[in-house]
Amino acid sequence: MDDKRLSIIFKSEYSNLIAVLSNYYGLKDLQLAEDIVSETFLKAMKAWSHKGIPEFPKAWLRKVAQNLLFEHFRRKKTFEEKITPELGARTQQIGEIEITDKIIEDSQLHMMFVLCDNKLNKESQICIALRILCGFSIEEIAKAFLSNKETINKKLYRAKKAIKERNRVETNLTINQYVTRLDNVLRVIYLIFNEGYYSSVNEYNIRQEICWEAMRLSIFLSEHKIFLKQKIHALIALMCFHTSRLDARISGEKGDLLYHEQDKSKWNSELIQKGEKYLKLSAAGDIISKYHLEAAIAYWHTRDNNGKWNNILQLYNKLLTIEYSPIIAMNRIYALARANSIVEAIQEAHKLELKNNHHYFCLLAELYRMNNNIEKEIEYLNVAIGFANKKNEKELIKHRLEKASRLKTS
Amino acid sequence: MKDFMMLFHSEPNPDFNPTPEQIEEEIKAWQDWMEGIGTQGKLKNPGEALGFEGKTMHANGTITDGPYAELKEIVGGFIIVSADSIEEAIKLGNGCPALSSGGKVEVRDIMVFDGM
Repeated sequence: MDDKRLSIIFKSEYSNLIAVLSNYYGLKDLQLAEDIVSETFLKAMKAWSHKGIPEFPKAWLRKVAQNLLFEHFRRKKTFEEKITPELGARTQQIGEIEITDKIIEDSQLHMMFVLCDNKLNKESQICIALRILCGFSIEEIAKAFLSNKETINKKLYRAKKAIKERNRVETNLTINQYVTRLDNVLRVIYLIFNEGYYSSVNEYNIRQEICWEAMRLSIFLSEHKIFLKQKIHALIALMCFHTSRLDARISGEKGDLLYHEQDKSKWNSELIQKGEKYLKLSAAGDIISKYHLEAAIAYWHTRDNNGKWNNILQLYNKLLTIEYSPIIAMNRIYALARANSIVEAIQEAHKLELKNNHHYFCLLAELYRMNNNIEKEIEYLNVAIGFANKKNEKELIKHRLEKASRLKTS
Repeated sequence: MKDFMMLFHSEPNPDFNPTPEQIEEEIKAWQDWMEGIGTQGKLKNPGEALGFEGKTMHANGTITDGPYAELKEIVGGFIIVSADSIEEAIKLGNGCPALSSGGKVEVRDIMVFDGM
């Protein structure tokens, strides 16, 4: 067994086992499920160190987790009262059940729909999804959030508590509940993806893994017949297009590179093709979601023909009617500058008045740069640097300032 | 050639929550070390790993929790190696992963009784 595979097994089995313990065995306490899985892993670490890695490591882990769970129930003496009614007919054979891939898959799906709760705040939601659905360690999550283990643990604790309180009786979701909650699950996958893609952290491996996990979850969703596929396909397309540029995006020495700064030869053409495939699939039917529009915008960014910026502008116009956000409004203005006129874009930008947003002043600076007004460019970059909070953002702006100053003196 | 038992002592840490990568590293470190002894033909018995549960029985009939009485350390496992002398056995113990995580390795000779 090559050594890379072992940690991957532990990572994927973390979420698999928790999902099975929680769903199949009716264990409603997420923390307890996590404790059992941790103990299983510790046992594996000791046993495998001495005895070697078993032939079927996953089966080994599943068996041990199952035994630990039963032991827990026996100790608690709640087996009869609590578990028997939950499991109904399945109880008869409970000792002999093999945890199959099918059971894991059903449990994972169930877990997604229980964990994605629109009442959780954004950060807690991403934390718990990364931990339980994707098997990321606390340390990795802390790195991804530029935070520390204690803070992440607190967020996870709060999220688990909230989910426990709200979802007390949710062992069986109806098909209807699955369908109505799909938007929520997609929103969480979208948040997870953005966390990886736009993160200001330099840990490339973690960012890439987060993006891949978001794709894995949505492809997993798309394989289930009960859902309408269009939105899922649009989301997958969007992620394919973005991920195709991740290598190029992070290759800058001073923070992430924007589209026009990227080396296009680094774009992954295979992922672009996949994106095109899913974008086509998403167009079956008359649903247009924000994922459709964003995927289409991302698609046009991979193109290099004449109508490109005009198309992007139209898509941003539509997107703004579905969902307004300052970022979308700013992106639209940039597209306006590229498609129509820079002067018009500058006028619109001044109307936005996003007072303390450094992205906003960076946009103004960029528009003036496009208009060959270096003095204004420098002026706005100086304003922007005052509002930038993160070190690498400040450095990025400083870098632009230096470039502009050099041009001015030459 | 004599046989020696190596007992691995470590301090119990209930908060230890290794990441998948750390688990992998630990398993690999032990396997590499044991393989090193094995390829010299000196691994008599790969031993056993001991769990975290334990109780101690005392002469006065009391039973206390925990596998350790007073020492704040626990025997986590053992192996048996063959070596010409205890010095050689100690040499085999070098590089044992228990040492790099702050634990101890106790090397004991296994008594041989001829003719029995």
